[in-house]
Amino acid sequence: MDAHQDISLRYKFSTMMSNNITHNPSRLSRVLSEGKFAIAAEISPPQGIDLEAIEHEANLLKDFVDVLNVTDNQAASVRMASIPVCAILAKLGIEPVAQMTCRDRNRLAIQADLLGAAALGIKNLLCLSGDHGRWGDHPQANSVYDIDSNHLLWIANAMTNTGCLDNGREISPRPEFFIGAAANPFAPPFEYRPYRLAKKVAAGAKFVQTQLIYNIKRFREYMTVVRDLGLDEKVYILAGVGPIKSARQASFMSTRLAGMEVHPEIVSRMEKTPRAAQAEEGIKICCELIEQVREIPGIAGLHIMAVRWAESVPEIIKRAGLFPR
Amino acid sequence: MPEHPFLKQLGDFIKVRHRLERVIDLALRPIEIMVKKPIFGCHMCGQCVLHSTGMICPMNCPKNIRNGPCGGVRADSHCEVYPERLCVWVKAYRQSQRLFWPLEIHDLRPPVDWSIQGSSSWLNYLTGRDQVVSGCTSGHISALQILNNDVE
Repeated sequence: MDAHQDISLRYKFSTMMSNNITHNPSRLSRVLSEGKFAIAAEISPPQGIDLEAIEHEANLLKDFVDVLNVTDNQAASVRMASIPVCAILAKLGIEPVAQMTCRDRNRLAIQADLLGAAALGIKNLLCLSGDHGRWGDHPQANSVYDIDSNHLLWIANAMTNTGCLDNGREISPRPEFFIGAAANPFAPPFEYRPYRLAKKVAAGAKFVQTQLIYNIKRFREYMTVVRDLGLDEKVYILAGVGPIKSARQASFMSTRLAGMEVHPEIVSRMEKTPRAAQAEEGIKICCELIEQVREIPGIAGLHIMAVRWAESVPEIIKRAGLFPR
Repeated sequence: MPEHPFLKQLGDFIKVRHRLERVIDLALRPIEIMVKKPIFGCHMCGQCVLHSTGMICPMNCPKNIRNGPCGGVRADSHCEVYPERLCVWVKAYRQSQRLFWPLEIHDLRPPVDWSIQGSSSWLNYLTGRDQVVSGCTSGHISALQILNNDVE
Protein backbone atom coordinates (compact mmCIF):
# COMPACT_ATOMS: atom_id res chain seq x y z
CA MET A 1 0.00 0.00 0.00
CA ASP A 2 1.50 3.33 -0.93
CA ALA A 3 1.82 6.13 1.56
CA HIS A 4 -0.87 8.33 0.09
CA GLN A 5 -3.46 5.60 0.13
CA ASP A 6 -2.48 4.71 3.64
CA ILE A 7 -3.05 8.26 4.84
CA SER A 8 -6.42 8.60 3.15
CA LEU A 9 -7.48 5.29 4.64
CA ARG A 10 -6.39 6.42 8.03
CA TYR A 11 -8.41 9.58 7.57
CA LYS A 12 -11.53 7.63 6.75
CA PHE A 13 -10.96 5.53 9.77
CA SER A 14 -10.51 8.53 12.01
CA THR A 15 -13.72 10.17 10.89
CA MET A 16 -15.60 7.02 11.75
CA MET A 17 -13.90 6.70 15.04
CA SER A 18 -15.70 7.50 18.22
CA ASN A 19 -14.07 7.34 21.59
CA ASN A 20 -14.19 3.60 21.39
CA ILE A 21 -10.99 1.77 22.16
CA THR A 22 -11.81 -1.16 19.92
CA HIS A 23 -11.61 1.04 16.84
CA ASN A 24 -8.03 1.90 17.49
CA PRO A 25 -5.91 -0.10 15.09
CA SER A 26 -3.09 -0.62 17.57
CA ARG A 27 -2.25 -4.20 18.36
CA LEU A 28 -2.01 -3.50 22.08
CA SER A 29 -5.53 -2.06 22.19
CA ARG A 30 -6.82 -5.03 20.21
CA VAL A 31 -5.18 -7.58 22.47
CA LEU A 32 -6.46 -5.80 25.58
CA SER A 33 -9.99 -5.25 24.34
CA GLU A 34 -10.22 -8.91 23.38
CA GLY A 35 -9.51 -9.70 27.00
CA LYS A 36 -6.20 -11.41 26.34
CA PHE A 37 -3.34 -11.06 28.78
CA ALA A 38 -1.02 -8.50 27.21
CA ILE A 39 2.73 -8.46 27.61
CA ALA A 40 4.91 -5.42 27.12
CA ALA A 41 8.65 -5.25 27.51
CA GLU A 42 10.97 -2.31 27.50
CA ILE A 43 14.13 -1.45 25.62
CA SER A 44 16.35 1.58 25.90
CA PRO A 45 17.74 3.21 22.76
CA PRO A 46 21.51 3.22 22.21
CA GLN A 47 23.73 5.96 23.58
CA GLY A 48 25.24 6.36 20.14
CA ILE A 49 24.01 5.74 16.63
CA ASP A 50 24.66 2.03 16.56
CA LEU A 51 21.43 0.19 15.81
CA GLU A 52 22.73 -3.36 16.05
CA ALA A 53 21.98 -3.78 19.73
CA ILE A 54 18.40 -2.58 19.25
CA GLU A 55 17.83 -4.93 16.34
CA HIS A 56 19.29 -7.79 18.33
CA GLU A 57 17.01 -7.11 21.30
CA ALA A 58 13.99 -6.59 19.09
CA ASN A 59 14.54 -9.92 17.33
CA LEU A 60 15.10 -11.60 20.67
CA LEU A 61 11.81 -10.36 22.10
CA LYS A 62 9.73 -10.34 18.93
CA ASP A 63 7.79 -13.55 19.49
CA PHE A 64 7.40 -13.15 23.22
CA VAL A 65 5.78 -9.76 23.67
CA ASP A 66 2.88 -7.82 22.18
CA VAL A 67 4.56 -4.44 22.32
CA LEU A 68 7.93 -2.95 23.17
CA ASN A 69 8.24 0.30 25.10
CA VAL A 70 11.01 2.58 23.97
CA THR A 71 12.25 4.93 26.66
CA ASP A 72 12.67 8.66 26.18
CA ASN A 73 16.05 9.81 27.57
CA GLN A 74 15.62 7.55 30.56
CA ALA A 75 17.19 8.69 33.83
CA ALA A 76 17.64 12.07 32.13
CA SER A 77 20.66 10.91 30.15
CA VAL A 78 21.03 11.42 26.43
CA ARG A 79 20.11 8.52 24.20
CA MET A 80 18.69 8.20 20.75
CA ALA A 81 15.19 9.67 20.69
CA SER A 82 12.26 7.39 21.30
CA ILE A 83 10.25 8.11 18.16
CA PRO A 84 12.89 7.19 15.53
CA VAL A 85 13.68 3.99 17.40
CA CYS A 86 9.95 3.21 17.47
CA ALA A 87 9.82 3.73 13.72
CA ILE A 88 12.71 1.30 13.30
CA LEU A 89 10.97 -1.27 15.48
CA ALA A 90 7.77 -0.88 13.48
CA LYS A 91 9.79 -1.62 10.35
CA LEU A 92 11.13 -4.77 11.99
CA GLY A 93 7.56 -5.90 12.54
CA ILE A 94 7.28 -5.27 16.25
CA GLU A 95 4.76 -2.83 17.65
CA PRO A 96 6.33 -0.02 19.69
CA VAL A 97 5.04 2.11 22.54
CA ALA A 98 6.62 5.54 22.29
CA GLN A 99 7.37 7.10 25.64
CA MET A 100 7.07 10.86 25.87
CA THR A 101 8.25 12.93 28.80
CA CYS A 102 7.56 16.55 29.71
CA ARG A 103 11.12 17.17 30.83
CA ASP A 104 12.71 18.01 27.50
CA ARG A 105 9.92 19.63 25.51
CA ASN A 106 7.41 22.40 25.81
CA ARG A 107 3.91 21.96 24.43
CA LEU A 108 4.95 23.03 20.94
CA ALA A 109 7.70 20.44 20.68
CA ILE A 110 5.52 17.76 22.25
CA GLN A 111 2.72 18.27 19.76
CA ALA A 112 5.14 18.50 16.86
CA ASP A 113 6.73 15.20 17.92
CA LEU A 114 3.34 13.58 18.36
CA LEU A 115 2.35 14.55 14.84
CA GLY A 116 5.60 13.10 13.56
CA ALA A 117 5.08 9.92 15.55
CA ALA A 118 1.58 9.48 14.13
CA ALA A 119 2.86 9.98 10.59
CA LEU A 120 5.51 7.32 11.18
CA GLY A 121 2.79 4.87 12.13
CA ILE A 122 3.33 4.83 15.88
CA LYS A 123 0.06 4.00 17.57
CA ASN A 124 0.85 3.63 21.24
CA LEU A 125 1.96 6.45 23.45
CA LEU A 126 3.01 6.46 27.08
CA CYS A 127 2.81 9.87 28.75
CA LEU A 128 5.24 10.58 31.59
CA SER A 129 6.53 13.50 33.62
CA GLY A 130 10.08 12.23 33.30
CA ASP A 131 12.99 12.05 35.72
CA HIS A 132 14.36 15.44 36.63
CA GLY A 133 17.55 16.50 34.85
CA ARG A 134 19.43 17.16 38.06
CA TRP A 135 20.47 13.53 38.44
CA GLY A 136 21.01 12.93 34.74
CA ASP A 137 24.13 13.18 32.61
CA HIS A 138 23.51 16.86 31.81
CA PRO A 139 22.79 18.40 35.21
CA GLN A 140 23.45 21.86 33.79
CA ALA A 141 20.49 21.59 31.44
CA ASN A 142 17.23 23.40 32.04
CA SER A 143 14.42 20.95 32.70
CA VAL A 144 11.43 22.30 30.80
CA TYR A 145 8.30 20.99 32.54
CA ASP A 146 6.02 23.33 30.65
CA ILE A 147 3.13 20.92 31.27
CA ASP A 148 2.76 17.88 33.50
CA SER A 149 1.93 14.29 32.61
CA ASN A 150 -1.82 14.86 33.10
CA HIS A 151 -1.75 17.71 30.61
CA LEU A 152 0.21 15.57 28.18
CA LEU A 153 -2.47 12.89 28.41
CA TRP A 154 -5.06 15.58 27.93
CA ILE A 155 -3.37 16.99 24.83
CA ALA A 156 -2.76 13.58 23.24
CA ASN A 157 -6.33 12.54 24.00
CA ALA A 158 -7.73 15.74 22.49
CA MET A 159 -5.62 15.20 19.37
CA THR A 160 -6.96 11.69 19.02
CA ASN A 161 -10.59 12.32 19.85
CA THR A 162 -11.34 15.80 18.61
CA GLY A 163 -8.46 16.30 16.23
CA CYS A 164 -7.41 19.63 17.65
CA LEU A 165 -4.17 21.03 18.96
CA ASP A 166 -3.89 22.59 22.38
CA ASN A 167 -4.60 26.03 20.94
CA GLY A 168 -7.85 24.77 19.44
CA ARG A 169 -6.64 24.61 15.84
CA GLU A 170 -8.00 21.62 14.02
CA ILE A 171 -5.76 19.12 12.28
CA SER A 172 -6.91 16.70 9.69
CA PRO A 173 -6.41 13.84 9.43
CA ARG A 174 -6.00 13.49 13.13
CA PRO A 175 -3.48 11.19 14.77
CA GLU A 176 -4.75 8.09 16.50
CA PHE A 177 -2.99 7.13 19.64
CA PHE A 178 -3.70 4.46 22.16
CA ILE A 179 -2.75 6.51 25.15
CA GLY A 180 -1.17 5.21 28.30
CA ALA A 181 0.05 6.58 31.57
CA ALA A 182 2.37 5.46 34.32
CA ALA A 183 1.29 4.77 37.88
CA ASN A 184 3.44 4.35 40.94
CA PRO A 185 1.68 2.70 43.88
CA PHE A 186 4.93 2.53 45.83
CA ALA A 187 5.63 6.17 46.60
CA PRO A 188 4.04 8.28 49.32
CA PRO A 189 1.32 9.45 49.85
CA PHE A 190 0.07 5.89 49.39
CA GLU A 191 -3.58 6.67 50.15
CA TYR A 192 -3.67 9.27 47.36
CA ARG A 193 -2.05 7.14 44.65
CA PRO A 194 -5.28 5.47 43.39
CA TYR A 195 -6.86 8.92 43.10
CA ARG A 196 -3.94 10.14 41.07
CA LEU A 197 -4.57 7.23 38.74
CA ALA A 198 -8.21 8.34 38.63
CA LYS A 199 -7.01 11.75 37.51
CA LYS A 200 -4.98 10.23 34.72
CA VAL A 201 -7.92 8.12 33.60
CA ALA A 202 -10.12 11.22 33.62
CA ALA A 203 -7.47 12.98 31.53
CA GLY A 204 -7.67 10.25 28.90
CA ALA A 205 -5.39 7.34 29.81
CA LYS A 206 -6.59 4.09 28.24
CA PHE A 207 -3.89 1.85 29.62
CA VAL A 208 -1.57 2.11 32.57
CA GLN A 209 1.87 0.68 33.19
CA THR A 210 2.87 0.50 36.82
CA GLN A 211 6.18 0.94 38.55
CA LEU A 212 8.17 -2.25 39.22
CA ILE A 213 6.36 -4.33 41.81
CA TYR A 214 8.55 -5.73 44.58
CA ASN A 215 6.00 -5.33 47.36
CA ILE A 216 3.00 -7.41 46.45
CA LYS A 217 1.11 -6.58 49.65
CA ARG A 218 1.19 -2.86 48.93
CA PHE A 219 0.12 -3.51 45.35
CA ARG A 220 -2.84 -5.61 46.48
CA GLU A 221 -3.99 -2.80 48.77
CA TYR A 222 -3.60 -0.31 45.94
CA MET A 223 -5.59 -2.48 43.55
CA THR A 224 -8.39 -2.86 46.09
CA VAL A 225 -8.91 0.90 46.15
CA VAL A 226 -8.52 1.07 42.36
CA ARG A 227 -11.30 -1.49 41.99
CA ASP A 228 -13.47 0.34 44.51
CA LEU A 229 -13.13 3.45 42.37
CA GLY A 230 -14.15 1.37 39.35
CA LEU A 231 -10.95 2.24 37.53
CA ASP A 232 -10.14 -1.32 36.47
CA GLU A 233 -13.15 -1.16 34.15
CA LYS A 234 -12.09 2.11 32.59
CA VAL A 235 -8.40 1.48 32.08
CA TYR A 236 -6.25 -1.54 31.31
CA ILE A 237 -3.67 -2.02 34.02
CA LEU A 238 -0.35 -3.59 33.05
CA ALA A 239 1.58 -4.59 36.14
CA GLY A 240 5.26 -3.72 36.09
CA VAL A 241 7.60 -6.59 36.93
CA GLY A 242 11.25 -7.25 36.36
CA PRO A 243 14.12 -9.49 37.41
CA ILE A 244 16.83 -8.36 39.79
CA LYS A 245 20.26 -9.37 38.54
CA SER A 246 22.30 -9.26 41.73
CA ALA A 247 22.16 -8.62 45.45
CA ARG A 248 23.94 -5.34 44.89
CA GLN A 249 21.24 -4.22 42.49
CA ALA A 250 18.57 -5.23 45.00
CA SER A 251 20.07 -3.19 47.80
CA PHE A 252 20.67 -0.27 45.44
CA MET A 253 17.06 -0.30 44.32
CA SER A 254 15.72 -0.53 47.84
CA THR A 255 17.84 2.26 49.32
CA ARG A 256 18.99 4.66 46.63
CA LEU A 257 16.37 4.68 43.91
CA ALA A 258 13.61 7.27 44.43
CA GLY A 259 10.05 6.09 43.92
CA MET A 260 10.94 2.42 44.26
CA GLU A 261 10.07 0.05 47.05
CA VAL A 262 11.73 -3.35 47.38
CA HIS A 263 10.42 -5.57 50.14
CA PRO A 264 13.21 -6.36 52.65
CA GLU A 265 12.44 -10.05 52.24
CA ILE A 266 13.44 -9.91 48.58
CA VAL A 267 16.68 -8.07 49.40
CA SER A 268 17.64 -10.60 52.07
CA ARG A 269 16.71 -13.50 49.79
CA MET A 270 19.05 -12.13 47.13
CA GLU A 271 21.81 -11.56 49.66
CA LYS A 272 21.57 -15.09 51.03
CA THR A 273 22.02 -16.56 47.56
CA PRO A 274 25.61 -17.25 46.45
CA ARG A 275 26.83 -14.84 43.83
CA ALA A 276 26.82 -17.25 40.91
CA ALA A 277 23.18 -18.17 41.47
CA GLN A 278 21.86 -14.67 42.08
CA ALA A 279 20.71 -14.06 38.51
CA GLU A 280 18.79 -17.33 38.58
CA GLU A 281 17.23 -16.38 41.93
CA GLY A 282 16.23 -13.00 40.49
CA ILE A 283 14.36 -14.68 37.65
CA LYS A 284 12.72 -17.06 40.12
CA ILE A 285 11.54 -14.15 42.29
CA CYS A 286 10.21 -12.39 39.20
CA CYS A 287 8.21 -15.48 38.16
CA GLU A 288 6.76 -15.80 41.65
CA LEU A 289 5.73 -12.15 41.56
CA ILE A 290 4.08 -12.65 38.16
CA GLU A 291 2.09 -15.55 39.56
CA GLN A 292 0.93 -13.46 42.51
CA VAL A 293 0.14 -10.45 40.33
CA ARG A 294 -1.97 -12.52 37.96
CA GLU A 295 -4.20 -13.58 40.84
CA ILE A 296 -5.15 -9.95 41.54
CA PRO A 297 -8.44 -9.05 39.83
CA GLY A 298 -8.23 -6.11 37.45
CA ILE A 299 -4.81 -6.81 35.99
CA ALA A 300 -4.93 -6.84 32.19
CA GLY A 301 -1.31 -7.58 31.44
CA LEU A 302 2.34 -7.36 32.29
CA HIS A 303 4.99 -4.80 31.64
CA ILE A 304 8.37 -6.49 31.98
CA MET A 305 11.24 -4.14 32.66
CA ALA A 306 14.55 -5.95 32.59
CA VAL A 307 17.13 -3.22 32.92
CA ARG A 308 20.09 -4.07 30.65
CA TRP A 309 19.08 -7.72 30.73
CA ALA A 310 16.80 -8.36 27.76
CA GLU A 311 17.98 -11.98 27.54
CA SER A 312 16.05 -12.80 30.71
CA VAL A 313 12.67 -11.73 29.31
CA PRO A 314 11.98 -14.78 27.06
CA GLU A 315 13.02 -17.07 29.91
CA ILE A 316 10.67 -15.32 32.35
CA ILE A 317 7.75 -15.44 29.92
CA LYS A 318 8.33 -19.13 29.24
CA ARG A 319 8.58 -20.02 32.91
CA ALA A 320 5.48 -17.99 33.77
CA GLY A 321 3.57 -20.16 31.31
CA LEU A 322 2.73 -17.26 29.02
CA PHE A 323 4.41 -18.73 25.97
CA PRO A 324 3.43 -19.52 23.21
CA ARG A 325 1.39 -16.34 22.90
CA MET B 1 -14.09 34.02 38.17
CA PRO B 2 -15.89 35.15 41.30
CA GLU B 3 -19.47 34.11 41.76
CA HIS B 4 -20.66 37.23 43.58
CA PRO B 5 -22.61 39.39 41.07
CA PHE B 6 -20.95 42.64 42.15
CA LEU B 7 -17.42 41.23 41.81
CA LYS B 8 -18.37 39.70 38.50
CA GLN B 9 -19.56 43.05 37.21
CA LEU B 10 -16.43 44.71 38.54
CA GLY B 11 -14.30 42.12 36.79
CA ASP B 12 -16.12 42.60 33.50
CA PHE B 13 -15.78 46.38 33.93
CA ILE B 14 -12.01 46.17 34.36
CA LYS B 15 -11.51 43.50 31.70
CA VAL B 16 -12.54 45.72 28.78
CA ARG B 17 -10.52 48.72 30.01
CA HIS B 18 -6.97 47.63 29.29
CA ARG B 19 -5.23 50.71 30.68
CA LEU B 20 -7.17 50.50 33.93
CA GLU B 21 -6.40 46.78 34.14
CA ARG B 22 -2.71 47.49 33.64
CA VAL B 23 -2.68 50.15 36.39
CA ILE B 24 -4.48 47.94 38.89
CA ASP B 25 -2.20 45.04 38.00
CA LEU B 26 0.95 47.09 38.62
CA ALA B 27 -0.48 48.37 41.91
CA LEU B 28 -1.47 44.93 43.12
CA ARG B 29 1.69 43.06 42.17
CA PRO B 30 3.94 44.31 44.99
CA ILE B 31 1.20 43.80 47.56
CA GLU B 32 0.57 40.27 46.37
CA ILE B 33 4.27 39.44 46.40
CA MET B 34 4.64 40.86 49.91
CA VAL B 35 1.71 38.88 51.23
CA LYS B 36 2.11 35.58 49.41
CA LYS B 37 5.88 35.22 49.01
CA PRO B 38 6.73 34.90 52.73
CA ILE B 39 3.68 32.77 53.58
CA PHE B 40 3.39 30.42 50.59
CA GLY B 41 6.69 30.88 48.73
CA CYS B 42 4.62 32.32 45.87
CA HIS B 43 6.18 32.28 42.39
CA MET B 44 3.68 34.78 40.90
CA CYS B 45 2.46 32.42 38.21
CA GLY B 46 -0.58 34.69 37.92
CA GLN B 47 -3.12 31.86 38.18
CA CYS B 48 -3.31 30.90 41.81
CA VAL B 49 -4.47 27.36 42.65
CA LEU B 50 -3.55 27.45 46.35
CA HIS B 51 -7.19 26.89 47.28
CA SER B 52 -7.29 23.47 45.66
CA THR B 53 -3.78 22.36 46.65
CA GLY B 54 -4.13 22.60 50.41
CA MET B 55 -2.68 26.14 50.46
CA ILE B 56 0.71 24.77 49.34
CA CYS B 57 2.11 26.43 46.21
CA PRO B 58 2.67 23.76 43.51
CA MET B 59 5.11 26.02 41.66
CA ASN B 60 7.67 25.11 44.34
CA CYS B 61 7.76 21.62 42.84
CA PRO B 62 10.94 21.34 40.73
CA LYS B 63 8.87 19.77 37.97
CA ASN B 64 6.19 22.52 38.07
CA ILE B 65 3.61 19.80 38.41
CA ARG B 66 0.05 21.11 38.78
CA ASN B 67 -1.46 17.64 39.27
CA GLY B 68 0.99 15.92 41.55
CA PRO B 69 2.68 14.13 43.15
CA CYS B 70 4.97 12.53 40.58
CA GLY B 71 6.20 8.96 40.89
CA GLY B 72 9.61 9.94 42.20
CA VAL B 73 8.71 10.66 45.80
CA ARG B 74 11.22 9.01 48.13
CA ALA B 75 10.22 6.53 50.82
CA ASP B 76 10.61 9.25 53.48
CA SER B 77 8.23 11.51 51.47
CA HIS B 78 11.11 13.69 50.35
CA CYS B 79 11.63 15.12 46.89
CA GLU B 80 13.40 13.09 44.19
CA VAL B 81 15.26 16.18 43.00
CA TYR B 82 16.11 17.80 46.34
CA PRO B 83 16.40 14.97 48.88
CA GLU B 84 16.60 17.45 51.77
CA ARG B 85 13.11 18.85 51.06
CA LEU B 86 9.73 17.34 51.82
CA CYS B 87 7.78 16.73 48.61
CA VAL B 88 5.58 19.72 47.86
CA TRP B 89 2.74 17.48 46.78
CA VAL B 90 2.90 15.24 49.82
CA LYS B 91 2.51 18.40 51.89
CA ALA B 92 -0.27 19.61 49.60
CA TYR B 93 -2.20 16.35 49.83
CA ARG B 94 -1.92 16.10 53.61
CA GLN B 95 -2.84 19.74 54.11
CA SER B 96 -5.76 19.56 51.69
CA GLN B 97 -7.33 16.79 53.73
CA ARG B 98 -7.33 19.01 56.80
CA LEU B 99 -9.23 21.82 55.09
CA PHE B 100 -13.00 22.09 54.78
CA TRP B 101 -12.81 21.33 51.05
CA PRO B 102 -10.79 18.08 50.88
CA LEU B 103 -12.20 17.05 47.50
CA GLU B 104 -10.69 19.95 45.59
CA ILE B 105 -7.34 18.15 45.43
CA HIS B 106 -8.95 15.87 42.82
CA ASP B 107 -9.47 18.79 40.41
CA LEU B 108 -7.77 18.51 37.05
CA ARG B 109 -5.85 21.75 37.01
CA PRO B 110 -5.09 23.06 33.51
CA PRO B 111 -1.54 23.78 32.30
CA VAL B 112 0.16 26.97 33.41
CA ASP B 113 -0.49 29.93 31.12
CA TRP B 114 3.04 31.34 31.04
CA SER B 115 1.88 34.49 29.25
CA ILE B 116 0.36 35.88 32.45
CA GLN B 117 3.27 34.89 34.68
CA GLY B 118 4.23 37.73 36.99
CA SER B 119 0.86 39.46 36.93
CA SER B 120 -1.47 39.71 39.88
CA SER B 121 -3.47 36.52 40.30
CA TRP B 122 -6.06 38.42 42.36
CA LEU B 123 -6.83 40.67 39.42
CA ASN B 124 -6.71 37.72 37.02
CA TYR B 125 -9.23 35.95 39.23
CA LEU B 126 -11.51 38.97 39.12
CA THR B 127 -11.33 39.40 35.36
CA GLY B 128 -11.31 35.67 34.66
CA ARG B 129 -8.01 35.88 32.83
CA ASP B 130 -6.70 32.89 34.75
CA GLN B 131 -9.53 30.84 33.27
CA VAL B 132 -8.52 31.45 29.66
CA VAL B 133 -7.57 27.90 28.79
CA SER B 134 -6.51 26.28 25.61
CA GLY B 135 -8.79 24.85 22.96
CA CYS B 136 -8.77 21.27 24.11
CA THR B 137 -8.48 21.62 27.82
CA SER B 138 -11.20 23.04 29.97
CA GLY B 139 -10.95 24.69 33.37
CA HIS B 140 -10.83 23.06 36.76
CA ILE B 141 -12.99 19.94 36.81
CA SER B 142 -12.94 17.24 39.40
CA ALA B 143 -11.50 14.00 38.07
CA LEU B 144 -13.92 12.04 40.24
CA GLN B 145 -16.84 13.92 38.71
CA ILE B 146 -15.62 13.12 35.21
CA LEU B 147 -15.33 9.46 36.05
CA ASN B 148 -18.70 9.26 37.78
CA ASN B 149 -20.63 11.07 35.08
CA ASP B 150 -18.67 9.50 32.28
CA VAL B 151 -18.28 12.89 30.61
CA GLU B 152 -15.43 13.23 28.22
